[in-house]
Amino acid sequence: MSQPSNPITRWLDSDVGYSLRNSPVAMAAAVVAFVCLFCAVFAGWVAPQDPFDLATLELADARQPPSWLEGGSPKYWLGTDDQGRDILSAVIHGARISLIVGLTSVALSLLIGVALGLLAGFLGGWIDALLMRLCDVMLSFPAILVALLIAGVGRALFPNAHTPVAFGVLIVSITLTGWVQYARTVRGSTLVERDKEYVQAARLIGVSPLRILRRHVLPNVLGPVLVLATIQVATAILTEATLSFLGVGVPPTSPSLGTLIRVGNDYLFSGEWWITVFPGAMLIIIALSINLLGDWLRDALNPRLR
Amino acid sequence: MTHMNLLEVNNLVVEFATRRGLLRALDGVSLTIAPGEILGVVGESGAGKSLTGAAIIGLLDPPGRITSGEIHLAGERIDQYSEDQLRGIRGRRIGAIFQDPLASLDPLYSIGHQLIETIRTHLPLTAGQARQRAIELLEETGIPAAAERINHYPHQFSGGMRQRVVIALALAAEPQLVIADEPTTALDVSIQAQVIGLLKRICQDRGAAVMLITHDMGVIAETCDRVAVMYAGRIVEIGPVQQVIHSPAHPYTVGLMASIPDLETDLERLAQIDGAMPRLDAIPPGCAFHPRCPRAFERCRLERPELLDANTSRAACWLHAPEHVA
Amino acid sequence: MNAAMNASSRIQPGEHLVQVEGLSKTFDLSASWLSRLLSGRQASLLHAVDDVSFTIARGTTLAIVGESGCGKSTLARLLVGLHPPTKGRVLFDGTDNALARPLSQRIQMIFQDPYASLDPRWMVGDIVAEPLLEHGLASPGPELQQRVSTLLESVGLSGSDLSRFPHQFSGGQRQRISIARALATEPDFLVCDEPTSALDVSVQAQVLNLMRDLQRDRGLTYLFISHNLAVVRFVADSVGVMYLGRLVEWAPKSRLFSRPQHPYTRMLLDAIPKLRDTGRSRTPVQGEVPDPLNPPSGCAFHPRCPLANERCQQERPQLIAAEAGTDTGRVACHAVQEGRIGFSGT
Repeated sequence: MSQPSNPITRWLDSDVGYSLRNSPVAMAAAVVAFVCLFCAVFAGWVAPQDPFDLATLELADARQPPSWLEGGSPKYWLGTDDQGRDILSAVIHGARISLIVGLTSVALSLLIGVALGLLAGFLGGWIDALLMRLCDVMLSFPAILVALLIAGVGRALFPNAHTPVAFGVLIVSITLTGWVQYARTVRGSTLVERDKEYVQAARLIGVSPLRILRRHVLPNVLGPVLVLATIQVATAILTEATLSFLGVGVPPTSPSLGTLIRVGNDYLFSGEWWITVFPGAMLIIIALSINLLGDWLRDALNPRLR
Repeated sequence: MTHMNLLEVNNLVVEFATRRGLLRALDGVSLTIAPGEILGVVGESGAGKSLTGAAIIGLLDPPGRITSGEIHLAGERIDQYSEDQLRGIRGRRIGAIFQDPLASLDPLYSIGHQLIETIRTHLPLTAGQARQRAIELLEETGIPAAAERINHYPHQFSGGMRQRVVIALALAAEPQLVIADEPTTALDVSIQAQVIGLLKRICQDRGAAVMLITHDMGVIAETCDRVAVMYAGRIVEIGPVQQVIHSPAHPYTVGLMASIPDLETDLERLAQIDGAMPRLDAIPPGCAFHPRCPRAFERCRLERPELLDANTSRAACWLHAPEHVA
Repeated sequence: MNAAMNASSRIQPGEHLVQVEGLSKTFDLSASWLSRLLSGRQASLLHAVDDVSFTIARGTTLAIVGESGCGKSTLARLLVGLHPPTKGRVLFDGTDNALARPLSQRIQMIFQDPYASLDPRWMVGDIVAEPLLEHGLASPGPELQQRVSTLLESVGLSGSDLSRFPHQFSGGQRQRISIARALATEPDFLVCDEPTSALDVSVQAQVLNLMRDLQRDRGLTYLFISHNLAVVRFVADSVGVMYLGRLVEWAPKSRLFSRPQHPYTRMLLDAIPKLRDTGRSRTPVQGEVPDPLNPPSGCAFHPRCPLANERCQQERPQLIAAEAGTDTGRVACHAVQEGRIGFSGT
């Protein structure tokens, strides 16, 4: 009857941890995702150059191909763009922007969606009906259109937006398109858990409904939501990339991967493919590793497949 | 050979490959069922009784597999059969009844459709003949107004009625053996009696043998000819029902019978067996029951007992070894 | 009815810990108002508990027996206050029972499903400690841990189990944890909703013995819900039989099993498969429990009753003394009142 040593070893020893250790794809995806995250967080130290500091740019170095091609140089490993910016640095900083926007909007979606789902499932009645109709309405609009609409409205309201405001509008627009599925999933799980005897036992003890929601129901309904959230990060990043590509995403002074792809697009047919391809590849790598992680997590948490 | 057994199971071993290693869920199970006989298989949760039924009919959930032993049906060896061959046996030669009628009946089709489909899969009858036969079956299982209700859907029947339909479905193709896994556990007490009585009568009418798997000794006492008591994946006692119930030979059976509350007498305390059935990954050496057995001695800890003769039944217990008895 | 009960009862009112008077609970299962309007359908009301009255003497066990749809689970929840009654009331030690916090200390419940009655993500120690913390009976710290360990030991588990999770325990052990949780606030009254129905026979014996010991040691009063009459024989001091939400018979244990009066009680006793052939003649069982949404008129049991007459079809029987002139419980049956029921041989 030994006590579990600490939460981490307990998790590693659990079925989920074991499943991770046994799935090479998931391990690889986890490593890749972690590396991207690390680079993004410490972009200032990792990137060889600060692509947004105009003083460090040398116009003479513009449009250089990647280092392994003729004309390239080891200083600019992945080449440079039309202004002499190092593509590698731009990609790392761009990834950082993309990840910030993606993770923040998913976190906010989670907060809103889980809270509303819990309330709808636990309280039932007209609150439930109202919230579910709201979800239905939100789902009938394509996500990109909603994001465009909000971004457009934001720009109209704040025409000379400072960068944080522009970011805020972007994050809000992506958040508002994502919360619905969390709300629905959590509502369904809450309906199931609410009728279970351990919730009745808590009511019988006299625990207030809010505390029951927070301490009993919430931990038991989070499982499927975490899977969704993981995959949603990739979607959010792609949504942001699309918006930035369309020119209504991040402000041009802080280019994300989407912006870089758009900018590089113009140079595609003049032969300078590296300006658009490498940001695109980074986007794919991030989205793919997150999706693979999400897939593994869903299977690992599914008791029937164990 | 004068009297061939309908079903013979010899030293059946079923194992599950898990991340903790190979778990042995059935450890050398042997039993026989004669044609027309009703054998009860009784035991507590985790003893392996449902697994035995599933293994015989070829419905083991992976990663469970039969790793050794043999199953013979009317002389034919069936444990190594492919899925196709098993499908030919299921329904036609072995019928199955499970605990939850909702799981056996497809909610999207009328019961008539399901009955007729089963009949025509296994028997060469026209649609009209099959339908007539289905109606007769329903009448036999006590469904009132069978000719009308044959077009109804499962959800339109009550629990007890549904189980009658499942019995009809199991017997539709005239199997020689019916495996019933907890057929009445989910039903009310008053309905249980009706359904169990029906099962016994309808099988006896057709000469079908029954393997009745349950945890309810009362049901066994009223229905079965012989009974096998299972513990930790092994059969610990097997014999005629009255013998096993009233003069149990194995200490586990003794403890089990003593812990059943009596409807007829007032008791101060229920006799209890301390401890619990061992988990599959922690089965003790020797006799699996010895840690909980009030009569265990040295040999029980070392050697696993075979089924030894004890009066008219057999028990896997060293207390019945000839040298010990004498 | 209250006066009648008190008059013929030999137990003083103060000795009744629990008094249930005319308790009813109706659920409205109708479709929404709009669809009813459009389709012309009636409201469908489920009378889950229909005018039930009984008392439980302090320190004793009342068992409620019945099949599915009889309302026993709803009755259990009414008694602990999880549902508010539609009509009638429950008096606990003289006070009307609403789910007031002080009362929830003295009344607790044990549930049927050992797998759903413990939060799978909480440690066992936290589960047992929750009522203590909620009622301010202990503060977090070594004192709390000690109390939880003692509680676990009193139900036959080990004190060190408090750091483990429910899934690491078997069904029987989980029920013990539920019992420990229920005992944390030192209640007087425990409502047990089929606590051993999901357990194996040998495990059931352990848990029932434990519950009996706890009752004796702590002077607990139980309401024990079950569908298993053999278990009822072991645990109960008095027994109530329910059918479609109504109390059809209420008797001290000895009388119920030796001289059951109500035809449904007799049918239940006959339907149980016997381990020994007692030679008792069996009344053939007829029919099934009707739809609770559409109960039969008059006496709810009349469609299945071999003794039903026209009065049974029209008039719902009231609870009367089972055996005139004695205090051996009550039964709701016209045949008994009219003297048409014979003495069922043993």
